[in-house]
Amino acid sequence: MTELFLLSALGLMLGLFLGLLRVLLGPGVGDRMLATQLIGTAGVGMLLLLNVLLDQPALLDVALILALLAAVAAAAFTGQQQTQHD
Amino acid sequence: MNPASLLVFDVLLLLSIVGLAWASLATTDVRRSVILFIAFGLVLAVAWGRLLAPDVALAEAAIGAGLSGALLLAAAHRQPRLLTPESTNAPRNHGAAGAGVVLRWAVTLLCTALAGTLAWALLHVFSSTPHDMLPGAISANLAASGVSNPVTAVLLNFRAYDTLLELAVLLTAVLGIFALGQATPGYQPAGPVFDGLVRWLVPVLILTAGYLLWVGAHAPGGAFQAGAMLAAAGVVLRLAGRTDTGLPEGFVLRIVMAAGVGVFLLVGLALLLLGRPFLGYPPAWAGALILLIETAAMLSIAATLLLAFLGGQPESTGVKAAADRQREEISQC
Amino acid sequence: MINIMSAILILAGVFFYLAGSIGLLRLPDLYSRLHALTKADNLGLGLLAAGLSLHSQDLFIMLKLLLVWLAVLAASATSAHLIARQARRQETGS
Repeated sequence: MTELFLLSALGLMLGLFLGLLRVLLGPGVGDRMLATQLIGTAGVGMLLLLNVLLDQPALLDVALILALLAAVAAAAFTGQQQTQHD
Repeated sequence: MNPASLLVFDVLLLLSIVGLAWASLATTDVRRSVILFIAFGLVLAVAWGRLLAPDVALAEAAIGAGLSGALLLAAAHRQPRLLTPESTNAPRNHGAAGAGVVLRWAVTLLCTALAGTLAWALLHVFSSTPHDMLPGAISANLAASGVSNPVTAVLLNFRAYDTLLELAVLLTAVLGIFALGQATPGYQPAGPVFDGLVRWLVPVLILTAGYLLWVGAHAPGGAFQAGAMLAAAGVVLRLAGRTDTGLPEGFVLRIVMAAGVGVFLLVGLALLLLGRPFLGYPPAWAGALILLIETAAMLSIAATLLLAFLGGQPESTGVKAAADRQREEISQC
Repeated sequence: MINIMSAILILAGVFFYLAGSIGLLRLPDLYSRLHALTKADNLGLGLLAAGLSLHSQDLFIMLKLLLVWLAVLAASATSAHLIARQARRQETGS
């Protein structure tokens, strides 16, 4: 079972690298932000697996907070241009 | 789980971190480098989790990836798109290209020499002292510290004075932010999808902040992480165009800003008056005192981080509320 | 038996995740890459979380995993929409 988790973690890491390629290549800023979301989800998945592999229950909390704050970062990206209050 | 089997995972993680950091610094497009920095923060949080440091992973995810990302993106909006030598005040090498190259190489060699000296010194220390001296000392005194999470025990009990000074540094920083004047102009009201996100994200962030504050006593968590979550909730509200970011007004805001340092000092002085050393908690009361200090610190840290995002003194909501109501009426017809 | 089911779910999750990543790389347009991203997030992470919760057989951990999945679900769906709308807005210059 441990080997399966290890393999899955490596699979997620491969996906993270593919997302990295998109972050580095992606012609537009939107592509890069999308790829960052993918990297964030890969991170959440890897933390869930590490939680079992390393027997650290706190990593579940870290995964939850990573998911929430990736959403905050995406929200910051799309916050519309600042406007003067009239 | 022996460490050797995670070797491939570790190497790949390391490569991605270094690669992201390099790419973030090497690009000239401001927004691109900020997004790369956010990705770097996310992967770094995973790395901290891999190193069995969940407290640091929590802080990195909250502050390093989320809040810093939002702050830098907001700042990047106001920058020119490309960092050319004309847009930054980079020194020009008018006909002194040779001197520039020599200077760069000299600085590189100096930094390498410094890093090498530090590395040699650290290796020397690690090889000559026993490895578990510090963890042994902590676990020996953990029972009397009032909490069962060693990180919280060190931060809030054994090295409480350091944390007090850290909070004082944060207070100084927020005073500097106040000196910048008015906060940056707000954002436009959010569309329905963003609004839907805000409706559930902000309560969940606030709940998570309370959970992290409470659980910090016996599991990874604590005041800094909880404060960062609260600040993230305020940042999301701000991004959605709400003028009420959860910060209190005027005098109450100043009380909240100073609360972290203030409560810490009050507890320490009260203990002095009772004849104990400064910040020397009696073991029976240690848990409750730590929780009290952490609550005040959480509010203070949240206010500081949120004010850093706002970029100055928040406007009073009296005028804003009237403007908001007017805008709502206009949008409804 | 539980182990086999858990293993299948986890492997399926990783498969969908990799499929989404490859899609992110190979699809031609920002908007089509969005589809790939959401498959990775929803299906990939969901199946992974389901497999891990079967493996742990602890109610509290199951609930936490469910919460993580729901958070990623809602957050990534909204983020994908917001990113696409921002890109559209920049394209049309409005």
